[in-house]
Amino acid sequence: MSCYRGKYADELIKNAAYIGTPGKGILAADESTGTIGKRFESIKVDNNEENRRALRELLFTAPGVLPFLSGVILFEETLYQKTAAGKPFVDVMKEGGVLPGIKVDKGTVELAGTDGETTTQGLDDMAKRCQQYYTAGARFAKWRAVLKIGPNLPSQLAINENANGLARYAIICQENGLVPIVEPEILVDGSHDIDRCADVTERVLAACYKALNDHHVLLEGTLLKPNMVTPGSDAKKVAPEVIAEYTVRALQRTMPPAVPAVVFLSGGQSEEEATVNLNAMNKLKTKKPWSLTFSYGRALQQSTLKAWAGKTENVKKAQENFHGRCKANSEATLGTYQGGAAGSEGASESLHVKDYKY
Amino acid sequence: MTAYRGKYADELIANAAYIGTPGKGILAADESTGTIGKRLSSINVENVEENRRALRELLFCAPGALQYLSGVILFEETLYQKTAAGKPFVDVLKEGGVLPGIKVDKGTVELAGTNGETTTQGLDGLAQRCQQYYAAGARFAKWRAVLKIGASEPSQLAINDNANGLARYAIICQENGLVPIVEPEILVDGSHDINKCAEVTERVLAACYKALNDHHVLLEGTLLKPNMVTPGSDAPKVTPEVIAEYTVRALQRTMPPAVPAVVFLSGGQSEEEATRNLNAMNKLKAKKPWTLSFSFGRALQQSTLKAWAGKVENVGKAQAALLTRCKANSEATLGTYQGDSALSEGASESLHVKDYKY
Repeated sequence: MSCYRGKYADELIKNAAYIGTPGKGILAADESTGTIGKRFESIKVDNNEENRRALRELLFTAPGVLPFLSGVILFEETLYQKTAAGKPFVDVMKEGGVLPGIKVDKGTVELAGTDGETTTQGLDDMAKRCQQYYTAGARFAKWRAVLKIGPNLPSQLAINENANGLARYAIICQENGLVPIVEPEILVDGSHDIDRCADVTERVLAACYKALNDHHVLLEGTLLKPNMVTPGSDAKKVAPEVIAEYTVRALQRTMPPAVPAVVFLSGGQSEEEATVNLNAMNKLKTKKPWSLTFSYGRALQQSTLKAWAGKTENVKKAQENFHGRCKANSEATLGTYQGGAAGSEGASESLHVKDYKY
Repeated sequence: MTAYRGKYADELIANAAYIGTPGKGILAADESTGTIGKRLSSINVENVEENRRALRELLFCAPGALQYLSGVILFEETLYQKTAAGKPFVDVLKEGGVLPGIKVDKGTVELAGTNGETTTQGLDGLAQRCQQYYAAGARFAKWRAVLKIGASEPSQLAINDNANGLARYAIICQENGLVPIVEPEILVDGSHDINKCAEVTERVLAACYKALNDHHVLLEGTLLKPNMVTPGSDAPKVTPEVIAEYTVRALQRTMPPAVPAVVFLSGGQSEEEATRNLNAMNKLKAKKPWTLSFSFGRALQQSTLKAWAGKVENVGKAQAALLTRCKANSEATLGTYQGDSALSEGASESLHVKDYKY
């Protein structure tokens, strides 16, 4: 069978390409209620709906920020929220040339018989949910699959099951007008070296693209959100140029050129690390027939959160800080980042949390 | 596990890249004794070793031809043959900057329970044979898998088994210093349209690249020899531009950029058709992170054979015909073929033989 060519095909291709516009990237602001609660705790802010709304308003209305973004991933609650003045967030984004996206997975569950490996759930009634999200203004979606590296991990079962889930999610999204971001995150936890990470990443990505082909997904209307190829969190660090070389090579070996863009996750990297690594990739002289950009959550928000600390009087300062990180990453997509972005306290702080769960 | 990184890794990468040099391509002169017999019989020439040797000497010593070639695929007998003056063919080729290649498969056998589908044999003792061929001067190899399009073909079994065979062959070659040309030919026989050919080609290529990844093949040290995407032989023809668009799109959707080049097979296309189609692909403005070149047998030799007719006095004329086709295809790899070369007898003649067996 051919790949998807239904009523949304042209729109999917156009939106996927737009998200990969050089100079732009994605703000991942789709923290679930539980996860954003942990962030709030770290800055001593109450986890209630108003605070969650206020934080997102801070981000989406920060002056000068939207030109650096092509998309924002939202949690379901946020999709329906508004500014204090009553303007729906999706309208703020659309007017700023930013596509709203929506997290559609329902978290991970353990795979029996494995050593703590997981698969991701959320397929039930997904078509209906996608239709609702599309009506509400969403134009792309995200589903996070999680794998880990260990002596015998990831297992073939974990790879197959997660790849299959991603492919099912992807085709259902396309049938309902949403560009699927395919996210097969291989956690950075561990003491393995960069070669090991490369091997696993190549194996996982190959499985993903085979599954996407099997499920008739239109690659031109998808995006990939992979981990960068790095040493494990307990192993010796390497230079950004090495990360860039290994990461791009892994993509060269597995990612068909039909995919318009890669939007990297930041994992546990600090804001500055994530920017510098992305920059190194875009400076690398080699075959790269896809845009290389960002889809950062913690690595875009960490220092901004700290600057805000939940206080109205800090909003302007926090927004300026946020602008600095967005601009830095925009430059990184062009390979022109010089370093030393308006990154206040926390920009170089590692954001690694062992066995990170959203 | 990682992709192959043994003692031949750098050499494999260098040779594969060389074969894909823009302006050059491959002469497929690896017809088995039986097959070359059919060609010789069509020009009333006896199928004896001296005639087979004389034909290949005519080809390899054609003045000016070698500059347009990066490789020549040989049948085993030819690998050890010499010019009438006593110079080994492999030396003639090497001095002309042409890599000798060797066909290593042992033909097809039927898959039980299928509708006449086949798999390819030749894995037994392949490592030893590759070592011998390398010692004799070969630097790349070829293995032809065959699939067909029908109401329920190709079957999943045929795709899986042929892809697996190709991957096993490929890694064994790499372990023994030969760049493997991966050839999953989907026969042009049938009345299907170009869309059907595209679907099948994309499915088959996706399976091949998954198998290559599973078997730890170093993609940077391989080449792909696919069919172009065309309508079936019994369906209405389309223009070269359409063939180019569908073919390149199929590759964009399945072929990782790590592969340095595609060397198309000509199937049943006439000499002129094959050249025009290749030219159209190289003129196409699209993402093409791999060289698009040729590995033509019939489509390089047809008019040469006719001009020779087995007669010594025709050698000059025959060599001129070969030079014309080599130059034309060289231009086609650059997208500069004008299509006005003095067409010798046979250049536009269809070379389609139903259910073609080597």
